[in-house]
Amino acid sequence: MSNTKHNMSLAGEPPNRLNTTQKIATGIGWTGVFILTLSLFNVSFPDWGLWLSLGLIALGVIIFANDQYLGKPTAVKNNGIWFKSMTSRGVLAWGTGILLTLFYIVLYWHPQYLGYNPDGANSGIIALFDPLSRMISGLPASQWFVYGTLYTLAILAFGYKFLLKYRHNRYEVIRTFSVMFFQLGFAFLLPEILMRLNQPYYNPVNIWPLNYDLFADYKLQEFFSAGNVGVLMILFGIASIFIITPILTYFYGKRWYCSWVCGCGGLAETAGDPYRHLSDKSRSAWKFERWIIHSVLVFVVVMTIGVIYSFLNDNPADFWLTKDVFLWSSAGFLVLFFALIMIFKKDQLAADAKKAATIFLVVILAIISVNYFSGNGNIFFFHGSQLRTWYGFFIGAAFSGVIGVGFYPIFGNRVWCRFGCPMAAILGMQQRLFSRFRITTNGGQCISCGNCSTYCEMGIDVRAYAQKGENIVRSSCVGCGICADVCPRGVLKLENGPREKRINGDGVLLGNDVDLLDLIREQKQSNKETESSRL
Amino acid sequence: MSKEPEHVVIIGNGVAGITAARHIRKISDKRITVISAESDYFFSRTALMYVYMGHMKWKNIEPYEEWFWKENRIELKRARVEKLNTAAKILIFESGEQMDYDKLILATGSLPRKIGWEGENLKGVQGLVTKQDLELLEENSQGCKKAVIVGGGLIGVELAEMLHTRNIEVTMLIREQSFWRNVLPEKDAAFISEHIESHGVELEFGTQLDKIIGDETGRVRAILTSTGEEIFCDLVGLSIGVVPNISFLKDSEIETNVGILVDPYLQTSVEDVFAVGDCVQQREQIDDRSPVEAVWYTARMMGETVAQTVCGNLFRYNPGKWFNSAKFFDIEYQTYGRVWPDPKEDEQHLHWEHKNREKAITIAFNTKSGKFLGINTFGIRMKHEVFDEWLREEKGLEFVLTNLRNANFDPEFYSRHEKEIFSSFKEDFVRS
Ligand SMILES: Cc1cc2nc3c(=O)[nH]c(=O)nc-3n(C[C@H](O)[C@H](O)[C@H](O)COP(=O)(O)OP(=O)(O)OC[C@H]3O[C@@H](n4cnc5c(N)ncnc54)[C@H](O)[C@@H]3O)c2cc1C
Ligand code: SF4
Ligand code: SF4
Repeated sequence: MSNTKHNMSLAGEPPNRLNTTQKIATGIGWTGVFILTLSLFNVSFPDWGLWLSLGLIALGVIIFANDQYLGKPTAVKNNGIWFKSMTSRGVLAWGTGILLTLFYIVLYWHPQYLGYNPDGANSGIIALFDPLSRMISGLPASQWFVYGTLYTLAILAFGYKFLLKYRHNRYEVIRTFSVMFFQLGFAFLLPEILMRLNQPYYNPVNIWPLNYDLFADYKLQEFFSAGNVGVLMILFGIASIFIITPILTYFYGKRWYCSWVCGCGGLAETAGDPYRHLSDKSRSAWKFERWIIHSVLVFVVVMTIGVIYSFLNDNPADFWLTKDVFLWSSAGFLVLFFALIMIFKKDQLAADAKKAATIFLVVILAIISVNYFSGNGNIFFFHGSQLRTWYGFFIGAAFSGVIGVGFYPIFGNRVWCRFGCPMAAILGMQQRLFSRFRITTNGGQCISCGNCSTYCEMGIDVRAYAQKGENIVRSSCVGCGICADVCPRGVLKLENGPREKRINGDGVLLGNDVDLLDLIREQKQSNKETESSRL
Repeated sequence: MSKEPEHVVIIGNGVAGITAARHIRKISDKRITVISAESDYFFSRTALMYVYMGHMKWKNIEPYEEWFWKENRIELKRARVEKLNTAAKILIFESGEQMDYDKLILATGSLPRKIGWEGENLKGVQGLVTKQDLELLEENSQGCKKAVIVGGGLIGVELAEMLHTRNIEVTMLIREQSFWRNVLPEKDAAFISEHIESHGVELEFGTQLDKIIGDETGRVRAILTSTGEEIFCDLVGLSIGVVPNISFLKDSEIETNVGILVDPYLQTSVEDVFAVGDCVQQREQIDDRSPVEAVWYTARMMGETVAQTVCGNLFRYNPGKWFNSAKFFDIEYQTYGRVWPDPKEDEQHLHWEHKNREKAITIAFNTKSGKFLGINTFGIRMKHEVFDEWLREEKGLEFVLTNLRNANFDPEFYSRHEKEIFSSFKEDFVRS
C-alpha cells in the first residue's frame, strides 16, 4: 500500500537534494541561459535562437515545477527549505546572488558589454533580441528590452511554478494570474506597442514615485509633444497618485498594488518566492526599515519637486503654471498633509514616527526657503536633472536592481519593496492610517509556532500580534496572504472590513474566563501608556 | 523606606510559565526569574516538528528576541531544580546552588508516558517532547529506513509526518479501530485515517506494542506487536501520551497525585506555591474538563490566571468553552464545544464530507432541546469568536446551521460549502 518512493541512500537525510528529474530540468533551464551567454561572445544564432533559449528556460522551470508539485497533495510545501543550499544562504545562493549582481551592474552601467549599440547595429545578446523587438515595437532591441523580456519570462515561468505550489489557495491563484497579466500586458507589451504607434513609452500602472521618471523633463517634453494622448497620460499619472491609489488602498489595502499589479512585486512573488523566509524579522531591522524607506520617499519628493521646478524655470513661457506657484503649492501641500495627519491620527502614530516626520518636514522646508531666497534658480542646491541622475543611480539602479533583486537569495525577495520603494512607503501610510484592510486573528487558536513570521517576506513579526490576539495592521504588509496560508492552526485572515477597532492594541486571546479577559484588556490599555516592550 | 520587590520564581519556561511571567510584569514590579533546564529561551513546543522538517530554524520558533527579556526585566536562568525546601522558601539546583523565592510557580510541563515495555530504553527508541528529544531524533534518523510509531495521538501523527519528509517508511500502531478514535467520532476518525494513509503511512489498527527487540549493539532491530507480528525497524517513536513532570517534587511538602494537585485558584497544598500548565491536576472538577489537560491553550490560560492571583488579585481558574486545533498532514482541524467520540444520551452527530475528501464537518447537538453542543471542522477554518459566543448563548442547531456562513474563516475566494452542508444535514436528519 505504501506509495512512497524510496531512494534508500537518502533515507533519514534531510531533504536537501534535487532528484533526477529536477536535475535534468535544471540542466535544461541553464542550457537556455547558456545560449544567452554564448550570444554575448557574438556566437551568431539564427532567428529562432532566441526562442530556443527562452523556451528552454521556461521548459526547465516548468518541468521542475511539475515534478515538485504535480501529482502530490497540495498544501504547505516548505519541506527542507532551510536545508537546501539555494534557499538557506549556502554556496549556491551566494553564487547566484553574485551572478545576478554582476548582471545588473553590466545592465545599468555597461550595456555595451551586452552588445548594445545606440549608434548602429547591435551585437551580442542584444542583437539576439532584435527580431523580437522589431516584431513588437518595430525598433531594434535595447538593453531594457532584453531585461524586460527576461523579467517577464521570469514572472511567467516562476508564476507557473507558484501557481502549482499554491494551487490549493484560490487567493494566491487569482493574485498570481493578476501579476502575470499586468506584467505581460501592461509592463511589457503596452509600452512597446505605444512606441510602434509613435506614442510616448507609457505604462499606466507604473505609478509615481515608483516611476520616478514620470516628471523628468525629457518625459514631460515627450508627453506634451504627443498632444492630447500625452496630456491624458500625465493626467492619468497624477490621478493615479492623488485619486485612484488612495481609493483602492482605502478599500483593499496596499495589496491591490504591491501583490496584484506591480512588476517589482510580481517578480518578488514568483521568482522570489523560494527566498521569502530570508527576510530579517528582528526589531532592529524594522527600525532600520522605517528610517530608510522614508528617507527614500523624502529623496524622491525632493527630487521630483526639484525636477519640475527646474523644468518650469527652463521653460518659463510655455506653461500657465509658474515655478513659484508650483513650489509654494507643493510646500503648502506637504504642510497640510503633515498637519492633518498630526491632528487626526495622532494616537495611531508612534512617538518616533512623529519625531521623524517633523524632522523630515522641517528639513525640506528649510532647504526650499534657503534656495528660494538665494535665487539660484535651483531648489535643492542642484539642478533638478542632477538630483534625478543621483536618484536614478543610487535608488533606481543600485537599490532597486542590484540590491533589490541581485540579493534575493541572501536578504529575501522583498528587500526593495520593504526598505526602498517610495511607492510602498506612501501606500503603507495610507494602509496604516486610512484603510479597511487588516489581518484578523482567530480567537485563541495561535500556538506561537512562528510559521507566519518566518514566511512573511516583509519581515513582519506576524506572530508577535497573533499570539496576543491583536490584528496585524502594518504599513509594510503587502497582503501576499502567505502568512495565512502557512499557519497550521487557521489563525490569520486577510480582510477588508469596518475601520472601528481595526487596530486593537487591547486585543486578548479568547478562551479564558470572560471577566478575566476584560480585566486583561484594561490592564493592557493602562500598560500601553507606560510603553512596555511588547508584553 | 524602600522595600526589595517580592521575588517570583517560575520553574519552567514553557507557555504556562512565560505567560505567567509576562502578565505579572504587565501589572507589577515584582522581581521575576524563570528557570529552565531545557533551553535558554522560551520556544514553541508545538513547533518542534517544523525545525526537523526544515520549515524553520531553531531561532524561528522562539517567539521573543533577546531584548524582550532584558527590557521587561524577566531574568532567565538555565539550570535544573533538584529539590524544594518550601519551609525555608528555597530552591536547590542540581549544581548545589540555591535560590530564594517569595512566591513560586511550578510550570514544569510533561514527559512522554512509558509503561515499562521490554526494550523501551534501547537506542533508537524515543518520544518527542523536548528540545533534547528533537536533537536525538535527528541523530536517530541518520541512516534510518523504517520507523514504528506506537500510539495514534497528535504527537504520533506529527512524528509520522516528520519522518515521512526524510523518506523513512512509517508504520503506526493504533490501539483503536481508527486514528485518534478515543477523541474523534467514528466518521471523523475514518476520514483522517484515510488521509494519513494517502500519504503512504501504514496504520495498523487494533494493534499495540508487545515488546521492542534490540540487536547486539543495543539498538532497536524490530518490534513485536500484540497481534504477534514482528516488524523490523530502526526507530521506535513512543507517543501514547504524556504525564506531568513532577518527579523532583517527591520529597517535598507539595501534594501530588498524577500531577500537582491545585485548588481552583491554582494554589498547591503549600502556601505561596502555585502550579500551572501540563503539570497540573485539578482537585475540583471544572465543567466537562479532564483534571489533567496537556494542551497549549490550557497552559496559557492558567498562566494568565495565576498572574492575577500572584499579584494579589485572587482569581479563580475558570476556562471558557472548550476549543482545540491540530493539523494532520495537510488537513487542519479545529474544534469548538464538545463533540464526544460517541454521542452521549440524547446527543446526535451530523457528519458531512466534501467529495474531494479534504473537508469534513461533524456537529453535535442535543436531540431533546435542539441545543448545539459542538463542532469538529476539517479543512475549513472557523471563527473561534463566533462559536464561543454561540456556545455561551446556547444557540440551537438550526440557528448554527443557518448562520454557519458567519463563522467561516477561510481565506478570501475560497469555495464555500454552507448550502451543501445544510442540505446534507437535512437529509441525515430526516433519515434518522
Ligand atoms: C510535539 C508536541 C506537539 C504539540 N502540539 C500541540 C498542539 O498542536 N496543540 C496543543 O494545544 N498542544 C500541543 N502540545 C502540547 C503543548 O505543547 C503543551 O501542553 C504545552 O507546551 C505545555 O506547556 P507548559 O508550559 O505547561 O510546559 P512545557 O512547555 O513542557 O515547559 C516545561 C518546562 O519546564 C522545564 N522543567 C521541568 N522540570 C524542571 C526542573 N526541575 N528544573 C528546571 N526546569 C524544569 C522543562 O525542561 C520545560 O522546559 C504539543 C506537545 C508536543 C510535545
Ligand atoms: S503579513 Fe502576511 S500578508 Fe502581509 S506581507 Fe507578511 S506574509 Fe504577506
Ligand atoms: S498565527 Fe499561526 S503561524 Fe503564526 S504563530 Fe500563530 S499558529 Fe503559528
